[in-house]
Formats: sequence, structure tokens, C-alpha cells
Amino acid sequence: MATHQPLPDQPPPISQRGWLRWLREHLFSTWYNSVLTVVIGYWLISTFVPLINWAFIQAVFTGDGADACNPDGACWVFVEQRLGFFIYGFYPAEFRWRPNLVFALFALSVVPQFLPLPTTIRKWLAIFGITGLPLAAYFLIAGGHFGLESVPTSRWGGLMLTLILAYVGILAALPIGILLALGRRSEMPVIRGICVVFIEFWRAVPLITILFMASVMLPLFLPDGVTFDKLLRALVGITLFQSAYMAEVVRGGLQAIPRGQYEAAEALGLGYWRRMQLIILPQALKIVIPGIANTVISLFKDTTLVLIIGLFDLLGAVKSTLSDPAWSNVMAEGYLFVAFCFWVFCFGMSRYSHRLEKQLETGHRN
Amino acid sequence: MQQTETGLEPESVASPVESVARDEAIIQVDDLNKWFGDFHVLKSLNLDVRKGERIVICGPSGSGKSTFIRCINHLEAHQRGRITVDGVELNEDVKNIEAIRREVGMVFQHFNLFPHLSVLENCLLAPIWVRKTPRNEAIETGMHYLERVRIPDQAHKYPGQLSGGQQQRVAIARALCMQPKIMLFDEPTSALDPEMIKEVLDVMVELAGSGMTMLCVTHEMGFAKTVADRVIFMDGGEIVETAAPGDFFTNPQQPRTREFLEQILQH
Ligand SMILES: Nc1ncnc2c1ncn2[C@@H]1O[C@H](COP(=O)(O)OP(=O)(O)OP(=O)(O)O)[C@@H](O)[C@H]1O
Ligand SMILES: [Mg+2]
Repeated sequence: MATHQPLPDQPPPISQRGWLRWLREHLFSTWYNSVLTVVIGYWLISTFVPLINWAFIQAVFTGDGADACNPDGACWVFVEQRLGFFIYGFYPAEFRWRPNLVFALFALSVVPQFLPLPTTIRKWLAIFGITGLPLAAYFLIAGGHFGLESVPTSRWGGLMLTLILAYVGILAALPIGILLALGRRSEMPVIRGICVVFIEFWRAVPLITILFMASVMLPLFLPDGVTFDKLLRALVGITLFQSAYMAEVVRGGLQAIPRGQYEAAEALGLGYWRRMQLIILPQALKIVIPGIANTVISLFKDTTLVLIIGLFDLLGAVKSTLSDPAWSNVMAEGYLFVAFCFWVFCFGMSRYSHRLEKQLETGHRN
Repeated sequence: MQQTETGLEPESVASPVESVARDEAIIQVDDLNKWFGDFHVLKSLNLDVRKGERIVICGPSGSGKSTFIRCINHLEAHQRGRITVDGVELNEDVKNIEAIRREVGMVFQHFNLFPHLSVLENCLLAPIWVRKTPRNEAIETGMHYLERVRIPDQAHKYPGQLSGGQQQRVAIARALCMQPKIMLFDEPTSALDPEMIKEVLDVMVELAGSGMTMLCVTHEMGFAKTVADRVIFMDGGEIVETAAPGDFFTNPQQPRTREFLEQILQH
């Protein structure tokens, strides 16, 4: 009997191969898909070709002033000339090395999180990022200690201020949010009540209102002579507002943990805080990483609202220079620059959250 | 750990089959009553368990078996009666509850392993955080028990990567790592595929042979026959019958027990 010989693999017909096949399948599979492809293709070309032409090809990147610019291209000279103001606000030029050092430390703790480094190194850098970094940043930027000259917060501004607002807001809102979420599920009615009222109050008020109250109304209620730093007030407002949102995100995660997990942890004799710390929160927070990232990103963008109480964050700094008569028609460049900066940070956070999700995957099905 | 002063309490009426001297009992349950809202789920249960005794609890679904053994480590609170475990009375005092939970291991129907921790970490958690055992020592104990349940090679996997039978054996090892005096099992094999039941039962039989005090809710009658000292039949929140397995299966006293045995043994 003849033994069975497997047939050799043959290449698919020409119409089923390579880019031709891809085009057919994805862009021209039916007549209406073909029409859509052509229409959208036309739109993309007619939009992006002039845009790229304006933003890069005809654009002027360096120069001494508005005169260097080409009326048909973007005037990035504006951004280049004002970059110092956009990054530091009114922070004295001779002390800018201090925020620069903070930026470097920030990069040191953040950038490695995206590199294929051993987990322990990344962990310790992350821990530094949430403990040592804020302290170092405070002493360096505010000054007043260790022989550093003090720089009042009214002179802080630009991207630096945006990052400070966002970083402190995130760092404080997460733990407060976790405590509120746990409190809202507490069996003790008083604690539960307090948390519910707190969360529902702060969630129901627009951030603008909170910032206004913090900057305009709060001083009215304080006794004469007692002043709170304006930035500090804004920070407290943002933090409390965001922690209410964070609490609800975390609560969603707590609810997704099966009862059996709570019971198994209890049956082992672990106390309440240990159960939460070791069993419940690691799982709940992992589940809600996308929600936390969402909240954090929206907090980052919401920091621009401090403009209305007279703090010059990145957007405020750029906006205030747009009315400078020395520069005409640089509105698009200014706003594009702001958008680009925000996009870089928000996209970074989004990637980091994806990475974290993957890293924490243990293949479980609950 | 304080000893309850047995002299102060009135002599309770021992149930007919019980002949355990009170001071020998490691678990004493007196007149245990529990309600879920208006629903009287446990009705006046009495049970004394000797050290090293192996008790199997069976009964129809909804008869309160799980609720009963969950009262013993206070996963459920009771409303009337007394439960004393190893000389500590269970009440709302968190210190007492935690003291008792340290001595009582529990294995659940659905394993309830911690999915974010490796198998070994599952076993280390309670010894390290509750018993304050040094990590090295805890690892040693953990590996010892993983060997006893025959899965030392899976120590560094995550629970989600194991089969049901393996997960349940990890759950047993995890409970044993606390070196409890009492083990509670709530239908440990009923969520398993048939071919995995045996590997879990084997571990439990071996554990029974080592002198562990065990309370086991199960419908594995073969297991009951080989290891149980007493079989308890519950129905409608009451203990209907308590007997040695020989008598229980061959000569049940109550009609309700007979009916139940006919139903589960006819297959
Ligand atoms: N948390 C709860 N709230 C209200 N009723 C409950 C609760 N838990 C259990 N019950 C009810 O109490 C009764 C006893 O439940 P239990 O789980 O103890 O039964 P069981 O004997 O273990 O049954 P099974 O064999 O199905 O596990 C059932 O009628 C059940 O519906
Ligand atoms: Mg049950």
C-alpha cells in the first residue's frame, strides 16, 4: 500500500497576495466601499497636504522676531522666542536651574517606566517619584530652605505650574479617593454617610465653581490677616474635586471583586486594613486602571481652568502672549503648541496605563 | 487565650448521640440560632466536637449546612446561642474573632484563591501577616504543605493557570500553612470535574489521618464512610440526625434521613 504523502503548500493566487489583496479586501471590497475610499482619500489629501506644508515645509523655526516669519508658513519662532515663559512663567531666569533639576528628576523616575528594565529598578524609581520627588520639587522650586532663595508662588507658571497642579492633584486624589471608596462601602453608617455626602457634594459642583469659591469666597470667610496661598487653595480644590471622582472609579473596582475573595481573606484571620491592602485593593485597582487613567488624564486637562483665578499655567502663559503686539497672527501656532504639550503628556499616561495593565495580567478568570 | 469558665454556665442538655465530655470539646455549639431577616435559617443547633474528630455534614440544598460551618469562624454572625472554639467564645469582639480565625482554616467550594498572587504567595500571606512568621520560615512551611498536597512544582504559577483540582489543593495548603487546629470544608469537591475529585479527596483523607479536627460539608458518601467519626444530617436548619457512619448509612433512624439517603445513593 502506498503511504500517504502530504501535499506541498502552494502560494495563493496572485489576487490573494500582498498589498493588492490587502487593498481589495480593505478598501475596494464593494462599490460603496470604493466610493468611500476615494472620497475620504481626497479629503485626507486636501487637508493634510496644505497642513504639512504650512506646519513644516513653509514654516520658520528659528529667528530673532516676527519679521523672520513667512506669511504662508507657521511661525514657530514665536514659540522658540517665548519658550522660557511658556515653561516657567515668571519664575526668575537665574533660578530656572531649580525647576530644571526637578524636571530631570521627574524624567528619571518616569522615563524608565517605559524602558525594558528590571521590575525592581522600575519599582524603586516609581516609589521615588511619589515620595522623594514631590519633596525635592517643593524645596527646589519654592526655595526658602538650604540657602535657596524663596520664589513666591505668584511667580510660578507655564508648563511647570501645569505639571505641579496635575502631579500633586493626582498624587493626593488617588489615596483620598481610595479611602472614600472604602468608606462608602463601610459597614459603619456614620463613616458611610460622611463619605457619601462628601463624594456627592464634590461631584455635583463644577470645578470652575470650586476654583472660584477657593479664590474669591474663601478669603471672605477667613479672619483678617489669615491668608492662604492662592496656588495652595487651587490645589486643595482640585484635589478634593478629583478625589470624589476617583472614589467612584475605585468603588467600581471594589464591587467587581467576588465575595469569595473577601471571605477567604477574612477566614485566614487578616484584619480589615490588611485585607484591603493585600487582597482587595491590588485586584480592584488593577481592574479600574483604565478608569483611573481616564480620571487622571481629565484632571491633567482640567488644570487649565486655574486660568480663571489668575494662575498662569501653560495655556494661560501662551494665551497671555498672544495679545503681544510684537507678534501678530500667531494664535494657531500658540494653541497648537499647547495642544501638542498636552497631547504628549496625556498620551504618555495612556501608554503607561496600558503597560501597567499588561504587566499585572496573571491570567485569572474570576 | 482565655479559657471559658465552664463551671459558671448551666449544664446544657446534651443531644442524645453526644457523649463528649465538655472539657474535651474543641468546638462547643450551644443553642445556635441564626436568622437571615425573618428567615430562621439555623434552629437551635447543638454540637460538641472533640479534638481530632472528623465530622461530615450532609443534607439537602438550602438546609443551612454552609451557614452553620460559616458561623464557626464567624463569616456569618449568629443571633442567639454560644459558639466556643478552642476556649474562646465567639462574639462581636474583633479580637476574639481574629483569634479564632487564626486557629480555624477554611476551604471553600469555589477555592477563592487570590488570583493576583502566585500559588506560593497565596500560602505565605497569612503566616507572614497574621502569624508574623519570618519570610524564610514561611516559605519553608509553604513548600512543605504544597508538597503534602502534591503540587510543589506549581508554586510559582498563578492560580488562573491551574486546573480546578490543583486550585483546590492549593486552597487546602493555604489553610494548612496557618497550622490551624481545626479545618472547615464547605463542599470542597462539588465545583470540580469528576476526574479531579479524587485528587482532592485523597489529600483530605491523608489530612484526616494526621489527626486534624475536621468539619466537612460534603455529599461524597465514600469519603464520609472512610474517614468520618460522625455524620450529621441537617434539614430545614436543624440537625435531624447524628450517627457514626456505619449506623448512619445502614440504619438511619429518622424517615427524613432515609429519604435523603435513598435520593443520593440511588445513582
Ligand atoms: N446571605 C444570605 N441572605 C439571605 N438568605 C441566605 C443567605 N445565605 C443563605 N441564605 C439562605 O439560607 C438557607 C441556607 O443556606 P445555606 O447556604 O446554608 O444552605 P446549604 O445547606 O449550604 O445549601 P447548598 O447545599 O445549596 O450549599 C438557604 O435557603 C439560602 O437561600
Ligand atoms: Mg452550601
